[in-house]
Amino acid sequence: MGTTRFGGEEAATMMAELRGTFSTGKTRSYEWRVAQLRSIVKMLDEREGEIVEALRSDLNKPEFESVVYEVAMLKSSCKGAIKELKQWMKPENVKTPILALPSSAEIVAEPLGVVLVISAWNYPILLSLDPVVGAIAAGNAVVLKPSEISRATSSLLAKYVEQYMDSSAVRIVEGAIPETSALLEQKWDKIFYTGNSKVARIVMTAAAKHLTPVALELGGKSPVIVDSDVNLKIAVRRIIAGKWGCNNGQACISPDYVITTKDFASNLIDTLKQELERFYGAEPLKSNDLSRIVNSNHFDRLMKLLNEDKVGGKVVYGGQFDKSQLKMAPTLLLDVPQDSLIMSEEIFGPLLPLVTVEQLHESFDIITRRPKPLAAYLFTNRKSLKDKFVRTVSAGGLLINDTAIHLAVQTLPFGGVEESGMGSYHGKFSFDAFSHKKAVLYRSFIGDAAVRYPPYTRTKMGLLQALMGGSILGILRALIAALFGSSGKPKTA
Amino acid sequence: MEGDLEQLRDYFRSGKTKDASWRRTQLKGLQKFIVEREDDILHALKLDLGKHPVESYRDEVGTLTKDISVALDNLSNWMSGKKIKLPLGAFPTDAKLVPEPLGLVLIISTWNFPFGLSLEPLIGAIAAGNTAVLQPSQLAPASSALLADAIPAYLDNRAVKIVQGGVDVTQSLLQFKWDKIFFTGGSRVGRIIMAAAVEHLTPITLELGGKCPAIIDSLPESFRRQVMLKRIISAKFGTCSGQACIAVDYILVEKRYATTLVELLKGTIKEMFGENAKENVARIINKHHFDRLKGLLNEPCVKDSIIYGGSMDEDKLFIEPTILVDPPLDASIMKEEIFGPLLPVITLDNIADSIAFVNSRPKALTIYCFTMNDKFVQRLASETSSGALMFNDTIVQYAADTIPFGGVGESGFGRYHGKFSFDTFSHEKPVIKRPYFPDFWFRYPPWSNKKLELFRAAYAFNYLRILLVALGLKRPRPFSDRF
Repeated sequence: MGTTRFGGEEAATMMAELRGTFSTGKTRSYEWRVAQLRSIVKMLDEREGEIVEALRSDLNKPEFESVVYEVAMLKSSCKGAIKELKQWMKPENVKTPILALPSSAEIVAEPLGVVLVISAWNYPILLSLDPVVGAIAAGNAVVLKPSEISRATSSLLAKYVEQYMDSSAVRIVEGAIPETSALLEQKWDKIFYTGNSKVARIVMTAAAKHLTPVALELGGKSPVIVDSDVNLKIAVRRIIAGKWGCNNGQACISPDYVITTKDFASNLIDTLKQELERFYGAEPLKSNDLSRIVNSNHFDRLMKLLNEDKVGGKVVYGGQFDKSQLKMAPTLLLDVPQDSLIMSEEIFGPLLPLVTVEQLHESFDIITRRPKPLAAYLFTNRKSLKDKFVRTVSAGGLLINDTAIHLAVQTLPFGGVEESGMGSYHGKFSFDAFSHKKAVLYRSFIGDAAVRYPPYTRTKMGLLQALMGGSILGILRALIAALFGSSGKPKTA
Repeated sequence: MEGDLEQLRDYFRSGKTKDASWRRTQLKGLQKFIVEREDDILHALKLDLGKHPVESYRDEVGTLTKDISVALDNLSNWMSGKKIKLPLGAFPTDAKLVPEPLGLVLIISTWNFPFGLSLEPLIGAIAAGNTAVLQPSQLAPASSALLADAIPAYLDNRAVKIVQGGVDVTQSLLQFKWDKIFFTGGSRVGRIIMAAAVEHLTPITLELGGKCPAIIDSLPESFRRQVMLKRIISAKFGTCSGQACIAVDYILVEKRYATTLVELLKGTIKEMFGENAKENVARIINKHHFDRLKGLLNEPCVKDSIIYGGSMDEDKLFIEPTILVDPPLDASIMKEEIFGPLLPVITLDNIADSIAFVNSRPKALTIYCFTMNDKFVQRLASETSSGALMFNDTIVQYAADTIPFGGVGESGFGRYHGKFSFDTFSHEKPVIKRPYFPDFWFRYPPWSNKKLELFRAAYAFNYLRILLVALGLKRPRPFSDRF
């Protein structure tokens, strides 16, 4: 967008153009959708270097993480969509009940229209384009607003997306609050927002004016319960991979805090220290394999969590930081008070508090007392504990004996519940998130049941009762009554 | 109120409502209510809306009976969750989608089908294992009172509460935190509900209405013609006197057929409802809506377009089935949802223009079309958008539990009926169980070219490449230079 301000007028003009494109029907064609998805793959192939560079500039994200969690994951999402799209687009035939026979019914997926995707800064490529993949696969026109906080990635998207894709149907709007507000004033057919629950409320309020359905992908404090019977080294490695190995804890599905028993805590901490050192060295601030904190606001926020009176003394590992480079080391805290800030808000950074309990069963209480998180993790070999976990803990997703990998599984819906959001996506679920499932019924003129129409009689009532009950015997009985003598009087006057 | 809701929440937390046996008992309780109180239900509907008992049975008692049995028959299947196939990336892993109840849900119902539109969502809420508060519409006072008085005897009161009242009660209910709000009504209140849901980020389902057109592409030969006429007339005047969200709102037809069609419609009305329509056609719900409908007819030029009916009995709140031909398109009757026994017939030069006509208006809950032309069927299916699209019939989509019922755009969002009701009140929770072995070293830092290459291959599902790189037989691509 450069120096021209994007305001209400620009938003309205853009919307009119996109509506124009959508109404031509071109975004509905299978060929168009596949071509757009292929263009995304092409863009990722050709611009991978620049993407990695932009992510390094925004977050100092290690190339490995950028390629694996953003580029490769997104490519796999596009390829999956290209492969499955014909199947997804196929109308689904359904059986119709006896009353409506003979007839056929199908559920047809149709695009919603013009949709808005507002994305976040922590995975600025993946979280921007993965919803776009769904929107395009479902045949919509789409506007993407990347986060202004990840500036380099935002301008990269602005530069390339419209160049690689059909710019008459796919647009990028860069900007912060004023631009987002201008966008939100428009009437969208769906708004897909990834971010925090404060802005989510602003988005949903704006959506209410136009009755626009929303998908809200938020976060929350995702707990990890660790039992004492586990293969500790593997469990710890998987926790590290999901916490610091995912953007240094700045991920919506990051393990937020750990619950373990008092007896086991020191064992767990020792192994965590040992593996952290193996992964990031004795001086983690110098490691090339850790992202930095995105900006000084977030840096200060994390420092505030760390420096709270009752928290400061609880650090058992790490705690190093370098404000000038926005770097912060993996940090473990033991037994911080439940009412501290760090245990009240989503941490979204490299701090990991460990909460200890006498009995592991107490952890369910700690979790269910809080708002529902996006993910909940459990490491155990005990079946009874697994069963209780599945039964009592509500979260966007549950993962047993691992962390974060469910994000990469396209056959599972990804999304929150309650405070962690609403609506889900990934794979076919993305297609569904941007589709309206239209019921289409074809009836023939024959097989018309006179019972449905006035004038109403007692016989009709009897037949209806049988038909709705679906019992063949009842229908026969009612039919016989109809043929061989009916009073013709309604049951009640 | 606050104490009541806290109790409902506590009861939900106790886990009782998650038991399959509890859900089953409640559904059976609901079934028992319908069976035992059928006469009371039909009577309440007669009082509130003057609905004929057969109509009441067809539209409310019957569909509820059917949908409760559908829920009972399928409950264990719905609750059992789905196994999910996993791609290579996740290796030996067990994944499942487990439906879980959302918690405490609020159902706000409406007056035109006060039992159906209250209890259909409740079936879903209970089947999914939630606790629920139901607010029936006070505009149908007899039905509302019957629900409030009778339901407690049939359902577990610790889990289901009926709250009677008007706007003030709705407003105070909306102050609380819900895990889902299911609203049936108009789009104006729909907006208020959605705005209220923002505070707690409550997911909502909005079942609204809109102007459902009936497109008639030609007048078929006599047998089909009769069937078509019956289906249209019953979907307007025989369905709560047009006070239904899926009632036919107006007809689109080519000019050349209009005169004949209108004559046929008149004949069908007489045949179906007799000379004294008051016996067989429901009345208008209240004075306010009566005046609203009267206002629609009294607009300039609209009155002149009435060619059948139009008489009103203000004391009995009855409006005769009324047909209008080509009222002005900018008149209120063609702008807002009619929700009453007035049927405008809009003529077009060419029936193909009906697609543009429909598309230039807010999306309807249903588009009806009577046609035998396959091309036209295809065009409508792909070029128009609506909650549902129905060919050659009316209303029965409401009774079909295998298809989702719900709107799009101005006609709302979210869907229900049958399994869709269960889903509406469930959170589908993915549950993934992983073994500790195998555990792949390439998942963990410190990062290297080789690890990166293995991931590339894993995401591309390229087994051979994974093997080659893992065995060191293939050289990984290097990181970019600056690294």
